[in-house]
Amino acid sequence: MTVTQVKRIVEITVYTMLVVFAVITLIPFAHMLAGALKTKFDYAATLFLPAGDGFLGIGWDRITVDNFVRLFTELKISRAMLNSLFLSSVTSSLTVLFCSMGGYALSKLQFKGREAVTMVVLVALIIPGPLLLAPGFKLLYQLGLLNTYTGLILPGLTPAFGVFLFRQAMLNGIPSELLEAARIDGANEARIFFSLVLPLVRPMMGAYLMISFMGTWNNFISPQIILQSPDLQPLSVALNSLKGIYGTDYGLIMAGTIVSIAPVMCIFLLLQREFIAGLTGGAVKG
Amino acid sequence: MTTRWNYAPWVFLTPFLGLFGLFAVWPLIHSMVLAMQQTYGPGHSQWVGLHNFKFLLSDPLFWKATANTVKFAVGTLAFQLPIALGLAILLNSPGLKGRALFRLTFFAPSLVGLPFVAMLFAPIFERRTGLLNVMLHNITSAWDPDFAWTQNYIMTALIIASTWMYAGFNMVYFLAALQNVSKELLEAAEIDGAGPWHRFWHITLPEITPVAGFVTLLSIIGSFQLFELSWIMLGDSAGPDNRGLTIVMYLYQTGFQTGDLGYASTIGWVLALILMSVAYIQRRIMKRKED
Repeated sequence: MTVTQVKRIVEITVYTMLVVFAVITLIPFAHMLAGALKTKFDYAATLFLPAGDGFLGIGWDRITVDNFVRLFTELKISRAMLNSLFLSSVTSSLTVLFCSMGGYALSKLQFKGREAVTMVVLVALIIPGPLLLAPGFKLLYQLGLLNTYTGLILPGLTPAFGVFLFRQAMLNGIPSELLEAARIDGANEARIFFSLVLPLVRPMMGAYLMISFMGTWNNFISPQIILQSPDLQPLSVALNSLKGIYGTDYGLIMAGTIVSIAPVMCIFLLLQREFIAGLTGGAVKG
Repeated sequence: MTTRWNYAPWVFLTPFLGLFGLFAVWPLIHSMVLAMQQTYGPGHSQWVGLHNFKFLLSDPLFWKATANTVKFAVGTLAFQLPIALGLAILLNSPGLKGRALFRLTFFAPSLVGLPFVAMLFAPIFERRTGLLNVMLHNITSAWDPDFAWTQNYIMTALIIASTWMYAGFNMVYFLAALQNVSKELLEAAEIDGAGPWHRFWHITLPEITPVAGFVTLLSIIGSFQLFELSWIMLGDSAGPDNRGLTIVMYLYQTGFQTGDLGYASTIGWVLALILMSVAYIQRRIMKRKED
């Protein structure tokens, strides 16, 4: 065998393996999409799209959007969707603001106690979330914040991880001379932060907005514990309740899952460039 | 230069310090007290001292939860990390076409979110009608289509679902590490007659070991907090004979279904201790590797 032949074989093997893995990755998505577009009867009869005499041996005429219609009319999933959208938007935008503020103070401002606060952030990184569930619940009970959005949103607004990420991004990403020059020109700290610092860490803001939005959207345990009224529940909790009631109506649950993951997927595709730039940008400069 | 007290940094830190103090530091301190109490809902409590810790040591349910969680963590590591590394190596092949599309495909499952992955996979593991059983039965008729994934092999099912979700996510870390391996060094070794296996073992592997250590740590920490995947997939339960019970699930059941926030805090502290030991051991191992 010549060298080119060996190279050819290696190439074919690489592509074959990649395609096999890609297909395995996509099968659950395809199964879910097909399941959502079938009636209950067809769900039991076929694995993917319903069989028939149409193009590719698929019964195209049997495909139905009935599951989606039921979700929005009969089961009022739009309410939970709006809840998720509201919770995720508010949480992610405030989180980005607060974390970038904290990160700025810890990276670019000189003051007594900076090392101590930085240490607090580093220690806070290792607190496992579940440890705070029980005492956090009791605190919300004492504050009268159970079953409120305030109680769900407030505790998550300043994750140590976020403060740490912004600190790292600003440490090297923002030239101190620039800030000095602005101060000499008489700009106050608020002005410097909003019109000089934040634009410079825009990729990081995009990335963390995405991380926080997804984290809130996919959060299950906190809203499950804190919110009792069905009217307040986000998609993750509402859909799980639906699963409890309509457990065997797989098509319906799959349609609900599609509706739940589609917004996050779309936002990721839109912000993908910023997202990756934010994460790798910090790594390259750091 | 003014000598007056500089308040600006503290203004910027106020949201963090205020919310962190109220919703993290205070609960953390409070949880130490709670761990010594038995509570009946958030309103009533009774001091029991170290009884909770003593009880936990001989609590069969806690040990069952720990055994299940460890099984999941080890299985996830053994199954998922090699796949993540393999995908990264494949994607790192020189001159590969469609790299961005493959990367996006492998990464997509991690965008789904744990609760929704659980809902997506619950019907896949179903007996008889479930996708996995039917497909395996089509491939080899020796496969029993009545195979009870979510009854008897819960942890295996959870490992499969979590690998689907996270392999592509961890692949991104490995890919970044592989792209940092010096191309000149690899070429020089090739000219010197080192085979592909030799080059991988002596040049690539040492280069990606720190990243592998980091991914391992993240994976273990994540695995030990397993809750949603199992809880939702098993229909808000721990499964038959508690085969799907995890540490966080036991904490949840104790604190929010039984209403004993005290014992739940005890479980929380033991979980924190386990995770801190894991992080400590990982650091020691990585340090030794560096020396």
